[in-house]
This record gives sequence, structure tokens and C-alpha cells, in this order.
Amino acid sequence: MTNIPETGRTPRVQIRLVVIQILVLSLLGTLGGRLWYLQIRSGAEYAKEASGNHVQQVVQPAVRGEILDARGVPIADNETRLVVSASRTDLMKMKDRGKAVLTKLAGVLGMKPQDVMDKVRLCDAKTAQPCWNGSPYQPIPITDDANPRQALQIRERSEDFPGITAEPEALRRYPSPGEANTAQVLGYLSPVTDEEIQQAKNTSSPYLRSDQVGRSGLERQYDQVLRGKAGVTRYEVDNLGRVIGKAKSDSAQPGSNLVTSIDARVQRVAEYELNEAMKAARAQFDKNTGENYKADSGAVVVMEAKTGRVVAMASNPTYDPNVWVGGISAKDYKQLTGKESDYPLLNRAIQGQSAPGSTFKVVSTAAAIQAGYAFDGNYPCTSSYSVGGQVFKNFEGENFGPISLGRALEVSCDTVFYGLADNEWKKDGGIHPKKGQPKDWFFRTAHQFGLGRPTGVDLPNEVSGRVPDRQWKLKYWEANKDAWCKTGKKDGSYVEKIAYENCLEGNRMREGDEINYSIGQGDTLLTPIQEADIYSAISNGGTLWNPTIGKAIISPDGKKITEIKPQSHGRLPIDQKTRDVMDEALAGVVTRGTAAWKFGGWPQDKIPLHAKTGTAEVYGKQTTSWLATYSKDYAVVMTIAQAGTGSGASGEAVHKIYNALYGVQDDGSIDNKKALLPTPQKDLPKIRTDGSIVSPKIEKFDPNADKATGQDQQGTPTDNPSATTPSPTASNRTTRRRTDRPKKRRRILT
Amino acid sequence: MTGANNFSVSGYGPARPGWTRVFARDGLARRLDWPILLSAVALSLIGTALVYSATRNRTEINQGDPYYFLIRHLMNTGIGIALMIGTIWLGHRTLRTAVPILYGLSVFLILMVLTPLGATINGNRNWIVFGGGFSLQPSEFVKVTITLGMAMLLSARVDAGDKQYPDHRTVAQSLGLAAVPMMIILLMPDLGSTMVMVIIVLGVLLASGASNRWIFGLLGAGALGAVAVWQLHILDQYQINRFAAFANPDLDPAGVGYNTSQARIAIGSGGLTGAGLFHGSQTTGQFVPEQQTDFVFSVAGEELGFVGGGLIIVLIGVVLWRACRIARETTELYGTIVAAGIIAWFAFQSFENIGMNLGIMPVAGIPLPFVSYGGSSMFAVWIAVGLLQSIRVQRPLSA
Repeated sequence: MTNIPETGRTPRVQIRLVVIQILVLSLLGTLGGRLWYLQIRSGAEYAKEASGNHVQQVVQPAVRGEILDARGVPIADNETRLVVSASRTDLMKMKDRGKAVLTKLAGVLGMKPQDVMDKVRLCDAKTAQPCWNGSPYQPIPITDDANPRQALQIRERSEDFPGITAEPEALRRYPSPGEANTAQVLGYLSPVTDEEIQQAKNTSSPYLRSDQVGRSGLERQYDQVLRGKAGVTRYEVDNLGRVIGKAKSDSAQPGSNLVTSIDARVQRVAEYELNEAMKAARAQFDKNTGENYKADSGAVVVMEAKTGRVVAMASNPTYDPNVWVGGISAKDYKQLTGKESDYPLLNRAIQGQSAPGSTFKVVSTAAAIQAGYAFDGNYPCTSSYSVGGQVFKNFEGENFGPISLGRALEVSCDTVFYGLADNEWKKDGGIHPKKGQPKDWFFRTAHQFGLGRPTGVDLPNEVSGRVPDRQWKLKYWEANKDAWCKTGKKDGSYVEKIAYENCLEGNRMREGDEINYSIGQGDTLLTPIQEADIYSAISNGGTLWNPTIGKAIISPDGKKITEIKPQSHGRLPIDQKTRDVMDEALAGVVTRGTAAWKFGGWPQDKIPLHAKTGTAEVYGKQTTSWLATYSKDYAVVMTIAQAGTGSGASGEAVHKIYNALYGVQDDGSIDNKKALLPTPQKDLPKIRTDGSIVSPKIEKFDPNADKATGQDQQGTPTDNPSATTPSPTASNRTTRRRTDRPKKRRRILT
Repeated sequence: MTGANNFSVSGYGPARPGWTRVFARDGLARRLDWPILLSAVALSLIGTALVYSATRNRTEINQGDPYYFLIRHLMNTGIGIALMIGTIWLGHRTLRTAVPILYGLSVFLILMVLTPLGATINGNRNWIVFGGGFSLQPSEFVKVTITLGMAMLLSARVDAGDKQYPDHRTVAQSLGLAAVPMMIILLMPDLGSTMVMVIIVLGVLLASGASNRWIFGLLGAGALGAVAVWQLHILDQYQINRFAAFANPDLDPAGVGYNTSQARIAIGSGGLTGAGLFHGSQTTGQFVPEQQTDFVFSVAGEELGFVGGGLIIVLIGVVLWRACRIARETTELYGTIVAAGIIAWFAFQSFENIGMNLGIMPVAGIPLPFVSYGGSSMFAVWIAVGLLQSIRVQRPLSA
């Protein structure tokens, strides 16, 4: 319209109207631009935020797989407990926010209403425990300790208890079949950490905040296998958390079961005999220190000699693994790990290392033969061996005259090995070795025996032991020379003198070092599992196995069985003939050597046993006892710290372990019916069609069942109960309330 | 040609009977501004769909009937259109004479709000609740009456040909006229409506040709007033929070910033074409509070996308564009001032409402014309449309 009517309209108004129009349009243009920016330019970001807004995950925990012994007896399983939970989203829909329902529930459960309400409130900075730390969409457990009557009340009157469920749930349990404790081998679970939750957040198996993760032992080693896969259901929810649709659902997959080579019955015998041996040692007087032996820790390993599978592994002091179930209390945790504790969590069979003493002589014998010495040669077994003013004594000063290497093993003659090692040391060039590589037969052989490194057992945190060869000495000297040179004094105390000498030439292989080393003294360190491994190898003809405990992984439906095949990590550097003569010599240890006094009455003609005793000196402590033995089927190694001689401390216990394995009676006869495991368990346990595993009934172990005269019974106070944790039967101290609960209720609701 | 005293619609054409006359070549229907009318109807219908989408699942407010708000929004639109027709029939010039009555009535009604008859909703005591679920927000009608009242005062001497511009006394009188209801509404306290009225006053003064001194004086006074309000802590905490949330969009998204951040997520997730009507997860999940009223635009953004949101802005643009033309083309200052007041009103409410949905304006309880649910607002904007139509219809035909 071009012809604007004639009005009293002034240009001022007209201009202002145009200004208004432009202003209005630019405002609308601004809105359009902003809309474009939000929706087109950054639309993707907001779309992502919106989708995160309305989807919530509910995670259904997977039932953890069981750990079974070789015959199918569960040594770690799951206990079904009645868990009463409340759905917060349901409660929040109610007018009173669920107050009435929770009050009623408290009445049924015999709890205080306030306690119940505290449990379902959400944790935040201002709310102290008790409160719910997890997802508000997850059912919140009120109690895991309901009885069937309470559960039935809640279930039958579900209209009175909207949003409340009472469901059986699986919780880890260590049933200790036949009182086999197996604590350190099994390991334990503890709650998942925040970092682990973050790490597993976007993986196929996310953690729940309430999840448990294997922290040591088999639980950790096989955690992935045992854990299974949690089920995830994704719900679409509105702003109040009301479910408006189910987006996606993956059902939970239970974890696989792990069959081990542990035999719970043998395990129990091993644990019991170790503990008995330690108790007995504490009753012995040590004339060197002028007090009774402390016998403060020990370990025993029973290994299948032909495969390296572990039949029993015990560490003492021990504890009840059930303290970890449902979260460990601060007090219990302190008892297990505090400075005052005796570190019962340590698996001393793989984490305890000490000088092997004379049990190391099999290595030295092999070294001598490799170096060219004849096994049947004549070697002087004098009462002492002197080198440059230093006198190395035979263990108890015996003098056997010239003897063969075999006889030297039997009677454990130190001076024979001193001489051989000294000879080799001189051949290698003494303190200043010849140019070119010194032969170092004694150290080289130890490495060939697989020592100085972990055996590769399927347990976490195995230690490596130590072969104190030239490289190690150099490294050790470099790390410590400053301290040595500072504190060392030429004419000071024993420690100062040693430091002084170390400062001067600790980087070199000294004559005395090699001499000490040849009988497993000095800086040599071995673990019980390493000992078991090398003695198994001697038994089986020379194969060094990676010890294994896991034997097979069985899928929850029982259809998929993954066997864990033992792997070898080498062969002994001895030929068959050498093995045979060493074998014979070690048999002599049992019949007429250092261990003979503890193996009286053993049917050696039917079941040949072989052994080597060891007594290692530890500066400032009582001697460590070692007893390494083997038959054609098994190797049994026991060590007890501060307990005297190998045969004296452990002879009887190891003898009894063999009795149990082969059914040998006190009179030397063999009762096959009483034999626990006359030949190693070959077959896997039977699996039923539903995937469950047949487990034989296990009888309560009675160490004195076939004995006319019982000795000190378990349960009666011992002479020194404070030094070690008693065997599990007597140790209700750390056993949680759960053990005494009636088992009856499990049958009702599961 | 002043036409100042011609109150009759029929005075512009040959006398013909009934509807024939209305649809004749130079009849009423031909002279209506159809773009404005159609845009307003379209906005109301889009609003109906959006309000329905936002409320069909909100059982706590829709009394269990998913169509509760849909029906009411349609009814409000219908009543609004009837009010528009009534306004056109009466004509803005008739209303000019009735200004004292209308003004008196609206002031009386807002005073009623302060009596026990009034009700407080969302922190604002600006409602009169009648029986039967019917309630009224008189402040919406004050927007109409102060526009008319100020226009009457400011244009009286100019339209009579006495003066070129309203003199200072007239401007002062008209400001006084506007100030009385505005003070009462500020007391309620309804900051949002007061702000809209300040903008209306500004638009009215601009269009009246009042001296620049008044315009800048008013702007300065507004700025000083804002500073004073801030400094004297007159604002309630919730209002301060809204500003804080606006200044920092990431502030406390679960608390004071919740509304805006959720609305922004809803709109942003819409993309080009949106999730489809009734398929927006933010809307279905009811993450945006007050989504049928102040945040109705977020429904459009999420479910109809850039296309739908843009359409709403364009439709409002059409209404405002046409209104500007009406203001420019009418022959008398009275019509120009009324139209300018309405432009200022619609423009500010639209910009503030959509702007707060988009996070470029602080949150204030201001509805989006035609689209937001709410009877009083709907009635008032349709009356305003009626006024615009009346101004257009009653200006002399060109040629």
C-alpha cells in the first residue's frame, strides 16, 4: 500500500514505528538463530544427554562359581540367604513415601522402624550410614538374614507390602568340608573399589557397587572365570523414576565352577599334622637358644609328583576365610593384617622363603656330577673343613671318613659338599675369576633346577626365592654397599664385622660364600613350593612342572569342560642314571639316614619313600626345619620356622600324611580302604545333566580314629596357644555368626 | 478525513443485509487481516497439540483425564475467538469511550486478588479463583486496559488536531494511569507481568510521538529501578536463583538450574525434525516442569524439531509484521498507539518466553501468546487480536 493516508502523523512517529518493526524482527531473528544453534549445531550432544536422562540400569548380580576339590567336594560355594529388599521407586510413589509399609515391615522383621527407614534413604554428603549407596533403581536390601517365616509373611501378604520382596540370594561361603580350612589357597573376596567400577563401567560385565572381587588365592587367580556375567536390564524411566518402558535386558550368567586338584581330606590331614607338628615343636627345648622352639610359622605342600598338581597346601598360622563374607569388620581386618598379627593371610607355601639347608644338597649333588665328579667316588667326610683360618663344621661334628655322594646325601655330610664347592670355586679362579665365563656349576645347576624364579603355580603373588650367584651378589652389593661401608667395623661386633667384609668385597664370590651355598645356607632362599617341585622332578624322572591347583573349569550348565593341563618349565640337568642313584640315596635317608628315626615301621618294600632333611641356620633366630620327601606318586614338603631339625620337627607329621594317603597303619600294614588317595585322582568329578557336580559325602576327620592311644586332642588347651592361630576346629574366634545358624531353612524356600 | 466520530462498521459500505454484507467485496471479512487471524489460529492449534503432549501423562494435574488440558485449551481458544469477534463488533473506537469503565474494572479485579478471594500459584498471588475450577488472572487484562487507556489519553489532543505530539502533562497522566495497576501487580508480586507492562508502556510512548526525553528518561528509570531492586534485596530468593541460573547455565542442574537445563536438553535433542509428536522422551518422561505453560516451547523443540520451533517463531513473526503494518497504516494516532502497545506486548512475551526456553533469557513466569496453556492469557491475546483487526477494519479503505 503505497498511498499512506494523510493523517496528522508526523515523521517522528513513522520513524519510530519502523524502529519498532526492525527491533521486533531482530528479536525474532535472534530466537531463530539460537534455535538453530541448539538443535542443528549442537543437537547431537543434547540428544545424548536426553537419552542418558531417561534410561536406568538395574544390574542382576551373577552367582559366583564354586571352587571344588578333586572329587567334587565344594570348598567354596554359595549359601542361599533370604534377602528382604525394598524398591525405592515403588515406595516413593506412595503418599507417605512408604512410611507405613516400612513400619509394618519393621514389625515383621523385628527391627526398629527407624532403622529400616534409614536403610532405604539414599546416601549423600549429609547422610551418615546406614544409607543406600547404590542406584536408587536397584532393590535395596533391608536384611540378608530373614527367616523363612518372615519371608513367607511378606510374600503371602504382598498386597500389604507393596515394593517389598523376599528372595533367596547367593552369598559366598567357605564350608571347610571335613574341616579342611584351605584359607590361603582359596583367598578371599572384598568389595569392588571405585576405580574398578569406573574401569568396568562400559565393559560387558559392569560391577555393582555391592560386588565382590577376588583379592587373593584362587578367588583372585580365577576371578574372571568364577565371576560370571551380571545381568543388565535397562529401563526407561520418567523424571520421578517411574518405569515407562523396558529397553533391553541381558539375563545374568552364573560363573563357571572350578575343579581343583586339592583333596579336601588330604588337605585336612596336612593342615592338622602341620599344626600338631608345630605344637609338638613348641614343647621341645632348643639347647642353642636356651628356650623352647617358637615354631611360629610353617607350611606343607602335597604334590602329585608326575603332574605337579597340588593335592594339599597348608600354611600356618591360618584363619577362617568366612570372616570376609559380607564384609570384614575393622577389628577382624586388623587381626589379620595388623602389625600385631602373625600374618595369617600369607600363603607361606608360596610366599614364605627361607634357606633350604641340607635339602639343597640334591642340587649340589647334581652340580658335582655335572662338574665331572663321580657319584660313587670317595669324598672325605671330615668333622670340619678349614679355609683360610675359617672353620666350616659338619652339622653335628660327625666324621664318616671317605664316602660316596650317595652316602653324603644319606647322612647329610656337609664337609663333602664343602670340599667339592671349594674345589669348583678355586677352578673358577677364586676371588678373582679367570677371564671368560667361570663355569659356576653349583649356581648354574640351581638355575637349571628352576630355582631363583617363581614356579608358575596358579596362585597370585608367588615369590621367587633366591640363588645367590655372582650377578645377584653384585646387584645386592650395589644396593647395600653404602650402608655396609658406613656401619662396618673391622673389629666390631659380628654384624659390624660382616658389614665390613661385605663392604670390601661383597660384590665378589668369596670362598666362604660358595661353601655355605653348597649346603643351602647363606643367602640361598627357597619356597616350599619350589622344594616340592624339584623333589617331584626327581621322583618323576626329571620333569619340572608348573604346579597347578586348578584342574578344570566347568561351565555352569556342565556342558563345557575346559581342562587345565599342567605345563612344564624344564627338565632337571641330570641323566637317568644319576637320578636313579640319587633316588636310591634318598631312599636310604628314610631307611638308615637322617630321617630313619621318624619312619620306623614304614612298608618301604611296598611303598618306597625318599626324603631329605634340612636344618637351616638363620641369624638371630632358631633353626628352620625342612623335610622334603617323595614317593612315586607324591612329593610332600614341610617346613617349620624356628623348630629345630627337619626330621625332628616334621618327620612324624609327614609320616602321618603318607599314612593317610596310602592307608598305612601303625603296624606298617596297608589298609586300602582307609587310604585316602593311594593313587592321584585322575578323573574329574561326575557332572549331572543339570550341570551340578556330584560331590561325595565327606566324613569328619578324626586323626585318632584308628589309634589305641590318642595324644593331645584338639580342643584341649595346648601348651602355647597364643603363638599361632589354632587349627580351624578350635578357632571360633574369627568364625562369624553364620556358622552356627541352622541349615534347615535353606530347604524351605529355595 | 478524520473519521474520529464514526463508530459504526456499517458506515463504510452500502447497506446490505446480514452475512452477504460481511463477505461482500468491501465487506468486513474482506477487510480483516487474515494473515494475523490464521497465524493466531494456527498457533492456538499447535499449542493445543503441544499442551496435550505435555499433559497426557501428568496424572497428578490432569485429574486422570489425558484430554483435560486439550479440551480446555480448545475451549479457551474458542472463547478467545468469540472475544475477538466481540471486540471487532464493538470496535476499538467504542472501546475508547469505554476505557474508564474497563480500566476501573481491571483495577478492581487486581485489587480483588489481594483480598482473600485471591490465590497464590507458583509463588505469585495473581489469581482469582472462582468456583468450578475456573480462575482468572486479572493482570492479563490489565495489559489490554493500560494500552487502551494510555492510547486514549495520549492520542486525544493529537487526533483532535490540537497538537502534533502529546504534551508533557498528557504523558505524565498516561504514565500515572499505567503506574497504578502496575504497582499493585508488583506487590502481588508478579515481576513477569510488570516487566511486560513496562515494555508495553515503552512501546506506547514510542508510538505516541512523545518527546525523546520521556523515552530515555523511562529507560534510565527502568535501569535505576533494576539496580535498586537488586541492591535492596527486594527480589525473592527464587528470583535471584533464576538470574544466577541464567548467568551460569551449568549451575546446580539438579536445583535452580534444573528447569532451564532440562528444557535446553529437550530442545537440543529435537534436531531438525524432532522426535515426532508425543514421542519426545523428555516430554514423555516429564523432565521439564511447567511444560504446558511457560515451557511449552520445549515440547515443540523436542517433538517437532527445528522445523516446528521455527514455524512457531515464523507465525509469531507474521502476527507482529502485520501488526506493524496496521500500526503504520492506520489514520489516527489512537489506533497506532494501541497497535504499538500490542506489538510491544506480544514481541516481549514471545521473546522472553522462547528465549528462556532456549537459555538466552532468565526464567520468568510469562506465557507464550496463543501457545501456552492458560485461559486469561489466551483471552487477553485474542482480545488484542480483535483490537488489531478492528483498527484495520475501521481505517478507511485505500482508494
